[in-house]
Amino acid sequence: MKKRVIALLLAATMLSLTACGGGNNAATDNTQTTDNAADGAATDNAGDTQTADAAADTTSAGGKILSVQVGPDPETIDPALNSAVDGGNMLLHSYECLLTVDQEGKLAPGQAESWETSEDGLTWTFHLRDGLKWSDGSDLTANDFVYSWKRVCDPMVAAPYAETVLGMVEGYADAITGDLDALKVEATDDKTFVVTLSSPCSFFGSLAAFATLSPVQQATIEANGDAWATAAETYICNGPFYISEWVPGSYIMMSKNPNYWNADAIKLGGIKWNLIEDSNAAYSAYQTGEVLMIKDVPTEEIPSLSGNPDFYVDPIIGTYYLSVNTQRKPFDDVNVRKAMSLAIDREYVANTLMQGTYSPASNFMGPGWIDTDGSQFMDNANGGQPYIDTTTHEANVEEAKQLLADAGYPDGEGLPSITYSTNDAGYHKVVAEYLQQAWAEIGIDLQVEIVEWASFTPMRRNGDYDSARNGWVGDYSDPSNMLDLLYSTNGNNDGKFNNAEYDAAMELSRTTLDAAERSEALHKAEDILMEEAGCIPVAYYNDFWLQSDKITGSWHSPYGYWFFMYADIAE
Amino acid sequence: MIKYVAKRILLAIVTIWAVGTLTFFLMNMVPGGPFLSEKAISPQATAALEAKYGLDKPLMQQYLTYMSDALHGDFGDSLKQRGRTVMSIIQMKFPISARVGGLSVLVALCLGIPLGCIAALKRGKFLDSLISVISTCGIAVPSFVICTLLMYTLGVNLKLLPTMGLTSWKHYIMPVIALSFYPTAYIMRLMRSSMLDVLGQDYMRTAKAKGVAGFWILFKHALRNAILPVVTYVGPMLAYTVTGSFVVEKIFVIPGLGGEFISAISGRDYTLIMGTTIFLATLIIIMNVVVDIVYKLVDPRIKLK
Repeated sequence: MKKRVIALLLAATMLSLTACGGGNNAATDNTQTTDNAADGAATDNAGDTQTADAAADTTSAGGKILSVQVGPDPETIDPALNSAVDGGNMLLHSYECLLTVDQEGKLAPGQAESWETSEDGLTWTFHLRDGLKWSDGSDLTANDFVYSWKRVCDPMVAAPYAETVLGMVEGYADAITGDLDALKVEATDDKTFVVTLSSPCSFFGSLAAFATLSPVQQATIEANGDAWATAAETYICNGPFYISEWVPGSYIMMSKNPNYWNADAIKLGGIKWNLIEDSNAAYSAYQTGEVLMIKDVPTEEIPSLSGNPDFYVDPIIGTYYLSVNTQRKPFDDVNVRKAMSLAIDREYVANTLMQGTYSPASNFMGPGWIDTDGSQFMDNANGGQPYIDTTTHEANVEEAKQLLADAGYPDGEGLPSITYSTNDAGYHKVVAEYLQQAWAEIGIDLQVEIVEWASFTPMRRNGDYDSARNGWVGDYSDPSNMLDLLYSTNGNNDGKFNNAEYDAAMELSRTTLDAAERSEALHKAEDILMEEAGCIPVAYYNDFWLQSDKITGSWHSPYGYWFFMYADIAE
Repeated sequence: MIKYVAKRILLAIVTIWAVGTLTFFLMNMVPGGPFLSEKAISPQATAALEAKYGLDKPLMQQYLTYMSDALHGDFGDSLKQRGRTVMSIIQMKFPISARVGGLSVLVALCLGIPLGCIAALKRGKFLDSLISVISTCGIAVPSFVICTLLMYTLGVNLKLLPTMGLTSWKHYIMPVIALSFYPTAYIMRLMRSSMLDVLGQDYMRTAKAKGVAGFWILFKHALRNAILPVVTYVGPMLAYTVTGSFVVEKIFVIPGLGGEFISAISGRDYTLIMGTTIFLATLIIIMNVVVDIVYKLVDPRIKLK
């Protein structure tokens, strides 16, 4: 009898053990195949993958490995499909577009060593470098760009950024419905790539540096389908690094790409992207030295970290703003919208509630957006004055009360109770609670509604709300990228702001070839937006992160990207 | 026995079908969709994506297509993790969760059963109180607290153990402790109370009167009867544990299946929601059948019908 009991316990044990055993084998097989693939990929960096887990600054035959954290497993790292910042950071290191953006934020040669625009602004010609190669050693030609750009329009690929980056290319409207060859992009020879636009686009150079338009290898994609971008072996790229090992949910290991044209300038042997989701886990890994840079810093640690030399706060082009449903009463009244805007103490929100990780917003377009002459767009806005003086909160509240009275609601009398909708992440909830209090001061009764993320987005887009949290981080530094949001028919115009003058200014900015006129049109649009309170800017986004001083030669761009390709690790 | 197993398998198929159907319609009733982001995707792109994955078809047709594909073993492509199939995600991540989870259950059984027995035998003594305190803590303290405490002391402060990943045996220690804490405590309590119950039975007194030695009584007569509630508990618990814990996996950066359950739902990754739900349901059903059979083996008085 006793034996049977023990046998049973053993059976239960075996059950879990078989599960373990099976798992073990599978895992080992996986690593072996990836190791082999790395071996085959023209370098002998295979050693890296084994030592990858050791301390971040381990030196191996292939050079130093930089261990960083910028986010969890990216949803996709197919250049055409990616729309997230963490995926973008990885694309930046594994791919290179025709053009790149340098440390000063200026366009620089990438795969193309030079480029020119025709006088009418419609024809862009890019001249590729000599001897470009893919990470597998095969040749990369202008035809690869033709394939890749057409692929972005393919409805079966359904690239989220297709319209943003190619909408102005001639033939786009036909290409997006499936007739890919209608897209007017040509390779006149192996080294010359010509794009014809249907309307001038002064910032097309920025788009030529946009990760969505990275070249991808036709043969690999046709052989592997969508799965090509999910495994190290089939992920053929052309940038400073290639993926040598990928353990989903754990890490992506990139090794230096010897076939990259500027490989001599790359000092690191590789970059290990630790796919950590939890900020506390990331912080622990940073404290133990396993990771030298983390993007996800626990917010509760920020008060003790601010002021430390390894804690960085740097602006990115983006604004945290509130949408008010301009189609609904009482928000159709500009005075109500302005009163709501003026009642907010932005200094308090940014510096206290958001612990200084955001900056108070006086304009819609914050720091980092570039005017047509290359200067900061913000410095030229409103004659150099802020639209909203964030330092005079008391006076602002008085003005808000007056505006509300002008609208026929003295002290909020006669105003219906309104709802503020937001999802619960980051500081959204504390901001909602603050708004409740701030708007109560001028007599507005606010109900806060917390909505789950996946329901929140469509609800806001359908205009099914009173007021809601909103935000935008720029894709490229041309101001039209964010000002377009309030264009009457824009898909992101959640507030349903509809102003003929605003639309006219935006249209002028799209068609004019004159830089000064274009700048004027864009500034006029922002003037109208702020005067009409088409949305309520609250704070500018910053990136804040921890980075060890051992990392040298890296920089952070206002697009939210970290450039580690030319970095080194000090001993 | 064979008839019983056949009946159970038939019932299992019906149950899985019901779970799948319910999940399918419930998840489609929830607002939102898989192709949403803060920045609106152009209507053409959304339409193209929906056409690609068949989401533009009427719901009933989608359901029939899904079910017939699933019957042929095809659980579809993940809608969010482009390029990966649902099966490949489960195949990749389940073994990892199963290894950590299986070890944790093993630890829970090896600690919980003996400690529970000891507590019952030393009822009211110091040892009993000590074990009770421990088990109360184990049940009351949530796993993320234990994770964080372990991480802070052993990982960050003392630097004894690695804090993330799963590449050596050392990496397993903290997640296994964290995962086994609750089941150990629960098994200890179950074992203690059912053991106390059994110890008070008449046949125990008879055995004692016959002069059976103390340890022998415990093993041969008491444990066999007392272990039944533990078996009931361990079955489903094993199914849940081997499919991974969201919290523990997130904190220790373990690429397991636990996180997929949550992220699939919050991201409205319909095919992955279906795949993981059906997978978990199947495991639980299997474990329940195993529990029934184990019952029969432990206690021959039980008839399987």
